Amino acid sequence: MSKINCYKFRIIKDYIARFLVYLSLTLALIPIISILYEVVQRSVFVINLDFFINSAPTVGEKGGGIANAIQGTLITISLASIIGTPIGLMSGVFLSEYSEYKLSLIVRFFSDVLSGIPSIVIGVFAYALIVRSIGFSVIAAAFALAIIMIPIITRTTEEALKIVPLSLREAAIALGVPRWKTVIAIVLRSARKAVTTGILLSIARIAGESAPILVTMGYWRWWFEGLDRPVANLALNVFVFAMSPFENWIALAWGSAFLLILLVLWISIAVRVLTKGRY
Amino acid sequence: MRSFYKIPFFHRLDIKHFSRFERQVNGDNIFKLVGILSASSILLLLGLMIYELINGSWLSIQAFGLNFIFGTKWDPAILQVFGALPLIFGTIVTSAIALIIGVPISIGVGLALSEYMPRKFGFAISFLVELLAAVPSVIYGLWGIFILIPFLRDYVYSYLQTFFGFIPIFSGPIYGGGVLTGGIVLAIMIIPTVSAVMRDLFSAVPNSQREAIIALGATKWETVKIVISYVRSGIIGAVILGLGRAVGETMAITMVIGNKFQVCPSSLFDAWYTMSAIIANELLEATYDLYVSALMNVALVLLFVTLMINILSRLIVWRVLMLVRGLARE
Repeated sequence: MSKINCYKFRIIKDYIARFLVYLSLTLALIPIISILYEVVQRSVFVINLDFFINSAPTVGEKGGGIANAIQGTLITISLASIIGTPIGLMSGVFLSEYSEYKLSLIVRFFSDVLSGIPSIVIGVFAYALIVRSIGFSVIAAAFALAIIMIPIITRTTEEALKIVPLSLREAAIALGVPRWKTVIAIVLRSARKAVTTGILLSIARIAGESAPILVTMGYWRWWFEGLDRPVANLALNVFVFAMSPFENWIALAWGSAFLLILLVLWISIAVRVLTKGRY
Repeated sequence: MRSFYKIPFFHRLDIKHFSRFERQVNGDNIFKLVGILSASSILLLLGLMIYELINGSWLSIQAFGLNFIFGTKWDPAILQVFGALPLIFGTIVTSAIALIIGVPISIGVGLALSEYMPRKFGFAISFLVELLAAVPSVIYGLWGIFILIPFLRDYVYSYLQTFFGFIPIFSGPIYGGGVLTGGIVLAIMIIPTVSAVMRDLFSAVPNSQREAIIALGATKWETVKIVISYVRSGIIGAVILGLGRAVGETMAITMVIGNKFQVCPSSLFDAWYTMSAIIANELLEATYDLYVSALMNVALVLLFVTLMINILSRLIVWRVLMLVRGLARE
């Protein structure tokens, strides 16, 4: 009799555990669904032509758009990618292709550590290094964002190159192809999708960063004026507009958030398509 | 063969080819050098970061020393005294709330994705969870202000106060934003990071373990318990990883915590401040050198804490994954 009860008890425990697991999954999914729904629902009213061609409104001004923020974000991201991508790519190549060096072990570890450093601290670093000498500028912001990009690209490139079968490298070496040409023309080429994935992921990450932007450029209402001047930024717009008391500013915050979400969604889907069949 | 003899003799001597060989060796060296330079630039950046932050906060270190960490006054306007203890407490408390709420849910999500869900369905769900990790932190803040705060204020906090109001931490006025709201937003933000590591850890457990216990007639939950205990120390690493993210989170927490410098808030519903939030709010408004230096000192403390957290968690997760995968291979 007691054995049967014990068995029932175990079954009940099993059901409870299953319930809790699915409950936690549901709880984890509610925020993302709510965020997607609210961002779309609250931004449909602002997204029109004015939204894309006007620049940020002054206090009391009606309407307004985020054209200057789009321009500024594109400039900042491109500059950061120009600095960060080559360094990240080459370190990834070094970690995967020259893993016989002790250095690669150390670098792998510390690139993980670097990717865990809060973006605000990286922003303060750029502030100390660049803003204090040349002032609030795109260069400082791009420098900070590049530091955020580098470890992401390094690790994803390394993972991507490791999947390339050794036989490809051996075939190239047997043909007398030098190592650097093997890496560029064969290894990187056959892993190009996964490498692109890493770069896209890092761009998605820095497009949404606002903390380092805040301390290296501050809020900027105007258009691009030069590399040693600040530019506007979408993510920072969300922050500044959301904390403001004006209706139309808050609407613009939701509109900017919609664009950012769209970018993130697009990149996530692109990543899924690019890596299809690998996972 | 025939074509070989068509080549003129001096070409066959291969002087040219030999010189090309030389050149290729140089190309290899240059390539390797570029690789070494980029890879070591990561180390260089880290070193430079530590140096610059120490250098920048030197004024504050000289003026306050250890009192900076144990001081409880932050008065830039009149006394020009800076003490960061309440900020450190703010960061610790919000991160602790985030872990208390986030870790059980993350374990559940990790288990659901690796043990409970069928593969095909799990694919779509893990896409959503990863999307949660990709959403910019400022959007969490926006969502926190306009959706989460009204919801919590109207439907959760008032009931919490009715039922648990006799406990001091649940008494006091409800503003909506505050310590608990900050902790909840942080919990939402660490769930994708932690649960992704959990999923990897659980998936790394060899199937022979599951098969062995199933063969003994175990239920699913008993199997899962074996899986969890197999990677127990890895779970600790994942939790510390989540802690690192919670400690450094800036924009979302700035938008929902209320930004009020005080030694101890009256309840969990009261406003407070964290290290990251004060840097974001005050660095641009700092008018004199000591003020800037004090904020950099906060950043230095934050850097030090997150460095420790990260090194610890990476070491733990690495060791466990190596161990588990090594055992699986044998």
